[in-house]
Amino acid sequence: MGPLVVNGIISENTNLLLAFIIGIGFGFVLESSGFSSSRKLAGVFYGYDTVVLKVFFTAAITAMLGMLFLSLFGWLDLDLVYVNPTYLSSAIIGGVVMGAGFIIGGFCPGTSFAGASIGKIDAMVFVGGLFIGVIIFSEGYPLWDNLYMAAFNGSPKLSESLGLSDGIAALGVILAAIGMFYVAEWAEKKFPREEY
Amino acid sequence: MRSYKSFRQIINTIEKYQTMEKENKDRSRRYLNPYLGGVLLGLVLIAANYIAGRGLGASGAVKSVIIAANKVIAPAHVEKNAFYAESIKQHPNPLKNWLVFEMAGVLVGGFLSGSLWGRLKLKVEHSPKITSRKRLIMAGTGGVLFGFGSQLGRGCTSGSALSGMAVLSLGGFITMAAIFGTAFALAYFFRKNWI
Repeated sequence: MGPLVVNGIISENTNLLLAFIIGIGFGFVLESSGFSSSRKLAGVFYGYDTVVLKVFFTAAITAMLGMLFLSLFGWLDLDLVYVNPTYLSSAIIGGVVMGAGFIIGGFCPGTSFAGASIGKIDAMVFVGGLFIGVIIFSEGYPLWDNLYMAAFNGSPKLSESLGLSDGIAALGVILAAIGMFYVAEWAEKKFPREEY
Repeated sequence: MRSYKSFRQIINTIEKYQTMEKENKDRSRRYLNPYLGGVLLGLVLIAANYIAGRGLGASGAVKSVIIAANKVIAPAHVEKNAFYAESIKQHPNPLKNWLVFEMAGVLVGGFLSGSLWGRLKLKVEHSPKITSRKRLIMAGTGGVLFGFGSQLGRGCTSGSALSGMAVLSLGGFITMAAIFGTAFALAYFFRKNWI
């Protein structure tokens, strides 16, 4: 029963080897979906190319649903899967800073590595920027450690905070995603796309 | 007569070369159907959770490499910094880290896909309305902001938003909304860089 590492079925070193293989799959899918191109990525914010929204939300609902089924079959113990903790202030302010970085730089960290791997120089410069940004945060940590630790809410799930079961919350997310796919398809017809 | 024939031959060769080039260019613009790409990415994310009990990530690998370098250059400094010290408590060897191995894989996987579709090329991609120089300045600035934000937000689009949403983490949904909401809100001011 999964997760394999947490349950001691595979060793820590095997886990690292598998991390490398999972990374190959991750990078391959990102690049072949067009996430190595900043103009394709930024397209979602102007409606001319909504590949980001489609791939991102399809992946999220596929994984969400897949894991719920694995847990239903007794193959994956969801209680042992890492759920990101919620620190409300830093989640929002961090997200705002990342959003600004996204529209200015045209990449996010994962996609910039994918772009750099096929020779996009703008992606390589973005990766360089990432290093500087992380160093600024770490070196200046005493300046924002209060903000970083503020408004800790544990590791709640969307379902728990809405008082719903996991399945109903997942259904809601899927319906929201389908709604967004409709808007995305409409936007791509409305806004012209040039060749790039 | 003979010279006319060889002239024809040259023209034919040029035309053949031009079609080949056009086909290659068309091929390099071919991408996976986005919904199929999404399902495949979802399966990769399930595999990560099933095997390692955690989702995908990207910015964490950058942090690990920085801590590893810092440990070599300035070990005393690392111990004094609370942010580094906390991370080292969890991962005593910062390079023997799941995300570092995963991101090394991303470089390989991206390269494989790029070579399969004929997209391996050193270039600065930018809108015709801006110069390469401006694009690089914007890319660097965006990278700095994203790097900073990813540490404050405890993960980036992959680690916090995508992987968080997949396990129904409330924080994941909040970070996702903040990232995409801000980018949409600012899109108007940066439109010349993209459209």
